[in-house]
Amino acid sequence: MPGVRLLVGTRKGAFILTSDADRKKWDVCGPHFGGWEIFHMKGSPLNPDRLYASQSSGWFGQILQRSNDGGKTWEPVDNTFAYKGETATHQWYDGSQHPWDFKRVWHLEPSLTEPDTVYAGVEDAALFRSTDGGISWHELDGLRGHDTGPSWQPGAGGMCLHTILQDPTNPLRIFIAISAAGAFRTDDGGKTWKPINRGLRSEFMPNPTAEVGHCVHRIALHPSRPTTLFMQKHWDVMRSDDAGDTWHEVSGNLPTDFGFPIDVHAHEPETVYVVPIKSDSEHYPPDGKLRVYRSRTGGHEWEALTNGLPQSDCYVNVLRDAMAVDSLDSCGVYFGTTGGQVYGSADSGDNWMPIVRDLPAVLSVEVQTLQ
Amino acid sequence: MIRILLPYHLRNLAQVEDEITLKVEGIVTLNSIINSLVAEYPMLQGTILNHLNQKRRPLLRFFVCGEDITHDSMDTPLPDAVLNSTEPLIVVGAIAGG
Repeated sequence: MPGVRLLVGTRKGAFILTSDADRKKWDVCGPHFGGWEIFHMKGSPLNPDRLYASQSSGWFGQILQRSNDGGKTWEPVDNTFAYKGETATHQWYDGSQHPWDFKRVWHLEPSLTEPDTVYAGVEDAALFRSTDGGISWHELDGLRGHDTGPSWQPGAGGMCLHTILQDPTNPLRIFIAISAAGAFRTDDGGKTWKPINRGLRSEFMPNPTAEVGHCVHRIALHPSRPTTLFMQKHWDVMRSDDAGDTWHEVSGNLPTDFGFPIDVHAHEPETVYVVPIKSDSEHYPPDGKLRVYRSRTGGHEWEALTNGLPQSDCYVNVLRDAMAVDSLDSCGVYFGTTGGQVYGSADSGDNWMPIVRDLPAVLSVEVQTLQ
Repeated sequence: MIRILLPYHLRNLAQVEDEITLKVEGIVTLNSIINSLVAEYPMLQGTILNHLNQKRRPLLRFFVCGEDITHDSMDTPLPDAVLNSTEPLIVVGAIAGG
């Protein structure tokens, strides 16, 4: 029977939420890895029982967990994220050069085509790949070795590679994004990379339209149209129709164009979701109202989705990896908050309900559509 | 045999409930104990010493016989009381954070 499984990473453990296709009643399983930060969990699109989890701690470092039974049991796999070659440097907050130093895995992205291949985006920013289900990791060092590498700098949350998007029509093409270096694309399976930031404008930079240095918060694409990308930048919601070669702003009538997550409807490539946040100094929704905004026109024109969401005294944030959509006939949309709520909509965002209200702060939400 | 007491989260990770008892070959030092520990419990790799640079995790400290030996050389031989199992090596996680 079809159903959905939500993989929720929080500040204090992992939770797995399951429901049938109605998405009205939910089972909550967890916490797994209680007390550890779970930055991200994701399942293989080729084998939904194969899950990966990034388990992290300020005391004990990085652990990588793998499940082969849909999250019932877990086993640690390799946690060696060793940068390839001589230690290089990047720009530090004060403008000096600083050695690359691995801190944690922000994002895990299982391959669309190879069942044992999985990508890991890490802080300090680099992309690693495992071709043996996480037993060993190897850096795709063409990215970090890009000519612009020494000028990359951390954002407030660290210099993290947080977004990995695979082109479902071309296994050699991958998009990634780094805070605060910007977006990059490879067309040769990760050997070489190209910054794709033309059209972005970031006023905090000495050169607001520089090739790199932009604080990209998240990128999304629809599998049927992989040359169209949507971006939530630090400020500005952006769109590209040429695989990132050029971007233009589509913030339109949003109450604020600051935010973190962005996602695309499972069946409508021009329907996009964002969660506007007041500002980079005040990481909560404007006016204390938690509103998802939906554009059915690929940007510019946005409508507030509020039914079932708190419309007063709400001061949570929604982090960049904490929104996902399922692919059931009536598209489900989900997001988690720093207040520990996970909200779901089974009708493309028209109506929302809290699935759970009192988890630890939510870092990431992914969804698996189970057949 | 060497007795080792780990912090709560590392005991969970290693799936042990109490002290670990371990045979350590050669001179018994912090280094040799941790190497033997990780060989026996590979899931602990990198959690006490960062395996990328061999540095101690900054929020962990080491105690034996009531003494803080965190800043001693990792290759200093440990006291007889540790060698003969009278006293454990205690790995302590800082009480910090939220």
